[in-house]
Amino acid sequence: MSQTFGAYGGRYVPETLIPALDDLEAAWASLRDDDAFRAELHELGTSYGGRPTPLTRAARFAADQRVYLKREDLMHTGAHKLNNALGQAVIAQRLGKRRIIAETGAGQHGVATATVCARFGLECIVYMGSEDIRRQAPNVERMKLLGAEVRPVEFGTRTLKEATSEAIRDWIANVDDTYYLIGSCVGPAPYPEIVRELQRVIGREAREQFLAAEGRLPEAVVACVGGGSNAIGMFYDFVPDEDVRLIGVEAAGAASLGSGRAGVLHGARSSLLADEDGQIMDAHSISAGLDYPGVGPEHAHLRDTGRAVYVTCTDDEAVAAFHRLCKTEGIVPALESSHALARALDCGAELVAVCLSGRGDKDLAEVLAQ
Amino acid sequence: MKTLVVYLMAMPETPELARVAVESGADVVELGFPFSDPLADGPVIRRAGERALAAGMRTGRCLDVLAQTRTLVDVPVVVMTYASIFDAYGWEKLEQDSREAGATSFIVVDLPSDVRPELRRVHLVAPTSTDARLKLAADATDGWLYVVTVTGTTGARADLAPTLAPLAERVRAATDVPLYAGFGISTPAHARAAAELVDGIAVGSRAVEAAEVGAAELGRFVASLRDALDGK
Repeated sequence: MSQTFGAYGGRYVPETLIPALDDLEAAWASLRDDDAFRAELHELGTSYGGRPTPLTRAARFAADQRVYLKREDLMHTGAHKLNNALGQAVIAQRLGKRRIIAETGAGQHGVATATVCARFGLECIVYMGSEDIRRQAPNVERMKLLGAEVRPVEFGTRTLKEATSEAIRDWIANVDDTYYLIGSCVGPAPYPEIVRELQRVIGREAREQFLAAEGRLPEAVVACVGGGSNAIGMFYDFVPDEDVRLIGVEAAGAASLGSGRAGVLHGARSSLLADEDGQIMDAHSISAGLDYPGVGPEHAHLRDTGRAVYVTCTDDEAVAAFHRLCKTEGIVPALESSHALARALDCGAELVAVCLSGRGDKDLAEVLAQ
Repeated sequence: MKTLVVYLMAMPETPELARVAVESGADVVELGFPFSDPLADGPVIRRAGERALAAGMRTGRCLDVLAQTRTLVDVPVVVMTYASIFDAYGWEKLEQDSREAGATSFIVVDLPSDVRPELRRVHLVAPTSTDARLKLAADATDGWLYVVTVTGTTGARADLAPTLAPLAERVRAATDVPLYAGFGISTPAHARAAAELVDGIAVGSRAVEAAEVGAAELGRFVASLRDALDGK
């Protein structure tokens, strides 16, 4: 198993965590192709998560194209994050860890983690920046209802970057009994690979469904990119289909791939919003889930190899796409996913598959305040 | 004679503080180059890093502070920082420029001992390190081993961690290099207790707090640790 993706990835963490990462890597190596593990994940995904999620034609949203939405918003808990949380919760139990920690930005990963911890009877602590707690209040209440403890992070930008740092510090202090259930395809190896494999189901289903609906593959596959987990899951099974364009959409104020540089953050080398001295800069997005100065290392590699392209979307464009999908399709998308919707309309392709990574109930207050 | 390592965050006034620390009994100075997201650090050093960055202490100015420190002290000065700083500046170039400015060695907290062996540096071992990793770190380390006393981040604690004794025993069985214990050592009592187990101590958060009060406070604090290590 490689720990890097081209020049990116790796393990940039204190020594204290290396043995735990070695244990995780060994467990993952034995589980990833294990039939019983795969069967357990499949059963959980279908009977608990609601998979497969549908592929919905958005004919009024995009009247001049044939745009299809991969409906991860219909998954239990309202976003693709549950795919990853379910899988990692199973891994945590195989490792004998009963205390689960997580970071969250928009709160979707926090909710997914709190959900699986309730489902499996595990202790759950979620770190969340106080600014995100303000922006995503409904998800904070949901996490608490599900039995999780939400720990506010009050320093720095008070968003996902600091929440992730605090989760890692907790892990350093409690590594003997704690599993860090990371929410995106970021962090030290083997996390980016684990998260990608657990999210691959999105693209696997979408590819089959698109073929069934159109008899051919899409010209473009579009997904929003914060840390990049829904995008890597959506893209991955299309990577060998060289004629299919893969388009990642970053928030204009958090374009780690579009305007970033190589650097090290949260355990991995990737493309980051950083200054020339390697200091991490602040990201800015209306969407808490995209408000992160880093990105999964595999996306940086896909960019460098040219297999995927990464474009941006402004806050205003995302909000406009949000309203448009509400009015034309009767679907309230997450603000994160709205970034992908905006670029799906003007990507120049007729046949498009978009990952609708989550639903927008959590964003109503933020959108209505605009 | 036990070794006393004192950590100071690079700030404009740090060369003078380092001089006072050495005059008061420090045998090694660790000079922190701040990083915006220091995963291994608790609140005191994290905040000191935030202040340093706000004061404009980017890598170039940190190297200036290092050079000035070198003119004032004649003990080893070890640059302590994170991988992102090296990655941005260039790994070889920062090593070279630091050595030219007077650095004796390096500690890169988030660079595991099996990565980039060409950068000669002081390696860290932790209570969670396997025996194989202890051996790896001990064989590759530059002069001494940094023995992390706790499973946790930097910062003062009430008592010396019970994890230090068994770790010191395991490392001692693997190597003859000097062992200096750090993370959570902040008082003369800690220093005395740790001195029974290892060859020296490294003090960070509490030294940073004393340095923020001023040179006199730092001098008093370092002298109190020196006395404790010397059995006074």
